[in-house]
Amino acid sequence: MLDKKINHPLHGKKNKSFCFSDATMVKVQKIIARYPEGRQKSALLPLLHIAQEEFEGYLSVDVMDYVAGLLNIQPIEVYEVATFYSQYYLDSVGKNVIEICRTGPCAICGGEKMQQYLEKRLNIKTGETTPDGLFTLKAVECLGACGSAPVMQINTEFYEFLTKEKIDQILDELTLKAKEEKPEKSLWKEKFF
Amino acid sequence: MERKILLKNIAVPGIRTFEVFRSTGGYRSVEKALKTMSPDEVVEEVKKSGLRGRGGAGFPAGMKWSFIDKKSDKPRYLICNADESEPGTFKDRFLMEKIPHLLIEGMICSCYALGAKTGYIYVRGEYKYIIGILNEAIREANANGFLGKNILGSSYSIDIHVHSGAGAYICGEETAMIESLEGKRGNPRIKPPFPAVVGLYGGPTVVNNVETLANIGFIVNQGGTEYARYGSGKSTGTKLISACGNINNPGVYEIELGLSVREFLYDPQYCGGIKNDKKLKAVIAGGSSVPILPANLILQTASGEERLFTYESLAEGGFVSGTMLGSGGFIVYDEDACIVRNTWNLARFYHHESCGQCSPCREGTGWMENVLHRIENGQGRTRDIDLLVSIAAKIEGNTICPLGDAAAWPVASAIRHFRHEFEEHVLHPERCGHDL
Ligand SMILES: Cc1cc2nc3c(=O)[nH]c(=O)nc-3n(C[C@H](O)[C@H](O)[C@H](O)COP(=O)(O)O)c2cc1C
Ligand code: SF4
Ligand code: FES
Repeated sequence: MLDKKINHPLHGKKNKSFCFSDATMVKVQKIIARYPEGRQKSALLPLLHIAQEEFEGYLSVDVMDYVAGLLNIQPIEVYEVATFYSQYYLDSVGKNVIEICRTGPCAICGGEKMQQYLEKRLNIKTGETTPDGLFTLKAVECLGACGSAPVMQINTEFYEFLTKEKIDQILDELTLKAKEEKPEKSLWKEKFF
Repeated sequence: MERKILLKNIAVPGIRTFEVFRSTGGYRSVEKALKTMSPDEVVEEVKKSGLRGRGGAGFPAGMKWSFIDKKSDKPRYLICNADESEPGTFKDRFLMEKIPHLLIEGMICSCYALGAKTGYIYVRGEYKYIIGILNEAIREANANGFLGKNILGSSYSIDIHVHSGAGAYICGEETAMIESLEGKRGNPRIKPPFPAVVGLYGGPTVVNNVETLANIGFIVNQGGTEYARYGSGKSTGTKLISACGNINNPGVYEIELGLSVREFLYDPQYCGGIKNDKKLKAVIAGGSSVPILPANLILQTASGEERLFTYESLAEGGFVSGTMLGSGGFIVYDEDACIVRNTWNLARFYHHESCGQCSPCREGTGWMENVLHRIENGQGRTRDIDLLVSIAAKIEGNTICPLGDAAAWPVASAIRHFRHEFEEHVLHPERCGHDL
């Protein structure tokens, strides 16, 4: 079972109200239309991806309640799903989420060393976020890219055949990008959903 | 000369687009099926082809299709399993990224054969860019009249949608996938009823792997008999093998079934031998769930025959000295790899991915992880090794879905073939030279 701790007290509910932008709402309607009448709950997984991206980078109780309302299902139906799948974050995360693969094929190609190096370079432990809020480091299971091991994924991008030098370069670039004045809003959901 | 079915045109520039794909003969099978064949005739050809499911279990595709409940008045569905989360497996990703229309073409013919008006492609959430590629391919197929309403002017309409998972290996199990598609936790269902009778939204449903479906176009075009000319004996056709680990040329290869494992491992057109001229120690031949074999047994069966890439040859010797073709995830370990550490790593994977419904799996995977961790960290006891064997045996066969077996086999086989290494770790933990 996921070792995700549900240290996400429902009393953390702040009764903030959320609302997708009009453009996202169009997407949302299109996604719901992929499933038969009355089966709108099927859209839950895709919608949670979008909500996580559009709102705070993680799924707060208020966000989950909003999605429940959109799909006309009970909030508990959203919580039980959000706590099951590892790609939904229940706690706030940094601007960039680094997911380093820790599974066998990567491990025998130096993946564990890369994870250690990331911890050292970011000066945090796996699972933590840097104080400047730029990076969260997570270790995940096989990313389906074992032929290019060691592998990590940052946000939606894959980085393959990792070396220490490569990691330095990637992190430097991301740090620089974050400093630029107008952070470019990720466009993946425009392209991908 | 190596014969290919799936990756034949992979090097054609622009093959990802509809136009180029079509110019290489793509979508002809849709025309042929819809205009000249009845759905049952398509099923018949698939049966004749001998094609077996490429997702891991190897169930004959045509037979699975013939189980579809024709009496049900509920809509039928086809689900393409693109969850691809079995460690060591990355062939479906390759196929969808490079030549997505091959899958769409195969799905249209399959929907037609099954009488399904809707197909879903369930893609693991980590493959976000693949979702973009598939959506584009679907849009193109729609625009060109091969998908959507009244395909090619016929009365037949099919829609295909992409659905994204969210990080859960268990959703690759077909009934967990159906639950997940319904917007729920990925808890596998108790079978029977099988999906072909009660599946998605209660309707008859077939779940097939990406690679399985990508073969259907060829079978419709050339006929099942021609397909069966590829391969060796009952293992017909080709197989995508994703090779990784300590080898010179990791990557995805389409091989004709019947190729020898030795040739695949050492020939420069495939793996090209072990990296840094090290010696081969072990191979997991079909994704992390299948039994690991030591070098001698992967190259030759216990009776001294050359080991081949066929369902039969890899299974030769049963669980005592054989393994399985599985998903085609071929993981190679060189002499420096620590089997204990690797087994612990995989046990942690299965513990992490267990959905938690059945106690033998939920508790057993946790215990195996803990005991292996203890051994790996130098706190093992000699009786821990038999304890592991006993836990594995108690999980196997006692669970709702095959994840329990998949968790038990790697541990049981590692101890069967590398017991001395476990004992060495218990007695002399300091001797393991492995530095991560
Ligand atoms: C735990 C578990 C994980 C699985 N993961 C996958 C997977 O990622 N991809 C896949 O095609 N089949 C997977 N399978 C096998 C499916 O349950 C199913 O047999 C397969 O999709 C059927 O398609 P096929 O007959 O075309 O192989 C998995 C099975 C289990 C028990
Ligand atoms: S065997 Fe494991 S993964 Fe499968 S249903 Fe039982 S607990 Fe869930
Ligand atoms: S093990 Fe790291 S991508 Fe598969």
